Amino acid sequence: MSDNIFNIMEKFTTIQSTAVPLQIEDIDTDQIIPARFLKATTREGFGENLFRDWRYNDNQTPKADFILNDTTYSGTILVVGKNFGCGSSREHAAWALYDYGFRVVVSSFFADIFKNNALNNGLLPLVVKESVLAAIFTAIKEDPKTLLIVDLQQQTIEVPSKNMVETFEINSYKKTCMLNGYEDIDYLLSLKEEIAAFEEQHLITG
Amino acid sequence: MGRTLFEKVWNKHIVRQIEDGPVVLYIDKHFIHEVTTPQAFAGLDKKGIKVFRPQNTVATADHNVPTKDQHLPIREALSKHQVDTLIKNCTNHGLELYGLGHPYQGIVHVIGPELGFTLPGMTIVCGDSHTSTHGAFGAIAFGIGTSEVEQVLATQCVLQMKPKTMRISIEGELEKGVTAKDIILYIISKISASGGTGYFVEYAGSAIRSLSMEGRMTICNMSIEMGARGGIIAPDETTFKYIQGRKFAPQGINFDKAVASWKQLATDDDAIFDKELHFDASDIEPMVTFGTNPGMGIKISQNIPDAERLLAQEKENFLKSLQYMGFQPNEPLLGKPVDYVFIGSCTNSRIEDLRAVANLVKGKRKAENVTVWIVPGSKKVELQAREEGIHTILEEAGFELREPGCSACLGMNEDKIPTGKYCISTSNRNFEGRQGPGARTLLASPIMAAAAALTGKITDVRQYF
Repeated sequence: MSDNIFNIMEKFTTIQSTAVPLQIEDIDTDQIIPARFLKATTREGFGENLFRDWRYNDNQTPKADFILNDTTYSGTILVVGKNFGCGSSREHAAWALYDYGFRVVVSSFFADIFKNNALNNGLLPLVVKESVLAAIFTAIKEDPKTLLIVDLQQQTIEVPSKNMVETFEINSYKKTCMLNGYEDIDYLLSLKEEIAAFEEQHLITG
Repeated sequence: MGRTLFEKVWNKHIVRQIEDGPVVLYIDKHFIHEVTTPQAFAGLDKKGIKVFRPQNTVATADHNVPTKDQHLPIREALSKHQVDTLIKNCTNHGLELYGLGHPYQGIVHVIGPELGFTLPGMTIVCGDSHTSTHGAFGAIAFGIGTSEVEQVLATQCVLQMKPKTMRISIEGELEKGVTAKDIILYIISKISASGGTGYFVEYAGSAIRSLSMEGRMTICNMSIEMGARGGIIAPDETTFKYIQGRKFAPQGINFDKAVASWKQLATDDDAIFDKELHFDASDIEPMVTFGTNPGMGIKISQNIPDAERLLAQEKENFLKSLQYMGFQPNEPLLGKPVDYVFIGSCTNSRIEDLRAVANLVKGKRKAENVTVWIVPGSKKVELQAREEGIHTILEEAGFELREPGCSACLGMNEDKIPTGKYCISTSNRNFEGRQGPGARTLLASPIMAAAAALTGKITDVRQYF
């Protein structure tokens, strides 16, 4: 892997931010970005329609009771219930979250395809134990100004006001990619000869 | 130690294992469509690189196409642009495209198997979560995001973490009126919409072996609805018979050779899965969903569950879901009125599905209060339905037979269910707004949907047998 001019992924640095608590489980990618907004042919601008049908009324006015419309909560970290990102494989969901301004999504587990899509776009899907997730929700609800610190290098998430520091898992390949803004495709392109050699063998043995 | 079907196919496709990271996995067949690829091609163009193995990618237009008047130019400007972009990209990169007007056009997961592209032992990907459908043939097939589509176009490989393995065995015979769709809705209702997360699932047992390829595709298709990375079924004589003679399948002596190697794929007797589940086929009834994820399903004879046994957070989610659907805990679904009936999608739009529907409604007429859309999975299915006279039976029943596409499964085109209306649907997702903003979806089998079309309400299809 090497730095090159085609990198579009931003390097992931330590994030220190307040967080937005969206305490709903099984949030599917149709909620994150409804299908009718998938007609674009570029990656930009999806943030405008993030959680569209939860965020806006039919007459396009904001729904007051939806968390993104509540000025009490803000920040680049989104905290969500388990199984976030289930359903459709649409990468537009990761693009929409990133475009809106989120850099980390915290949950007790993510749907597999969403997790890959997030990692491929510099959005960190951060997995914590269910009890830790519950404690984070409680802390934010008690004090919306609660600060969270996510340190990818150290693989920790910290809630200083609660004296809470938890570690999280990420494989070292993806960690390196996130820290340096490397994209998988550049790594794969560097293996083209190896892939061609594999193909020859693969075609013979079937 | 023996190996599972999944492991045999997976291991054969490892180009390289990255230390404490994913596998570089070689992909045999790549299906693409108009919605999840434009940004991938834009990425290639920006880098100035061409598709690495154009012969391994097959394209169609399905998600964002009208299902009426397909011979006319697409009216909606954004949709037209997206479909035109696919045409342009396929031309630039020398890819085979079965677009609108082509006799092979259809839903990507219907045409792949139908044309003989999908074969046992393959690795197959597509920028669509229902790629799991192809696992019915003993292939490793899974959905990917657009960045990964770009990777496959550029290198014929993706980076994947090896999933854990699970085997779900269903033994016994299915009652009349109970179908493959009911099996999978039953499984998901038992293990929840996230019960398969992190796993690749092999379906086994006598109830699975007795299914046609169409039925097996329905099962594998919905693997993603329990969160599984994919589903897979060991290839057998049913599989080989389905493949034989298909347009792009191996022919003659090559077919015989292929069958010999495909027979080696089945899971070894002493192989060990990370998780095993067993269900009894006789416990399965026609299923219907009542909520807003596919795990929220019940047997038709049951009532919607009680909320009281749930924990606080679960209870809140459950009640929110019921509120969206306009249902109460403890009430039956049987007899609930429906407004729309949608028979289509990559889950249930194959010729066998249309035949089952036609058999049930022959000589009968739909209820006045319902609108019925039948959307065949492909041009080939549409043509065959006409040749078999299914078309006439459905029209006489007052059903509307449309042209192929994903249609009201995801409501990307104009085929949307209006706000607040109830739709019994043979598709795969009952998420909020999936079939249109505010639409209320009840997932069921094609014959359950057909029965509701006749009565105008949720009906136990077993009364017709």
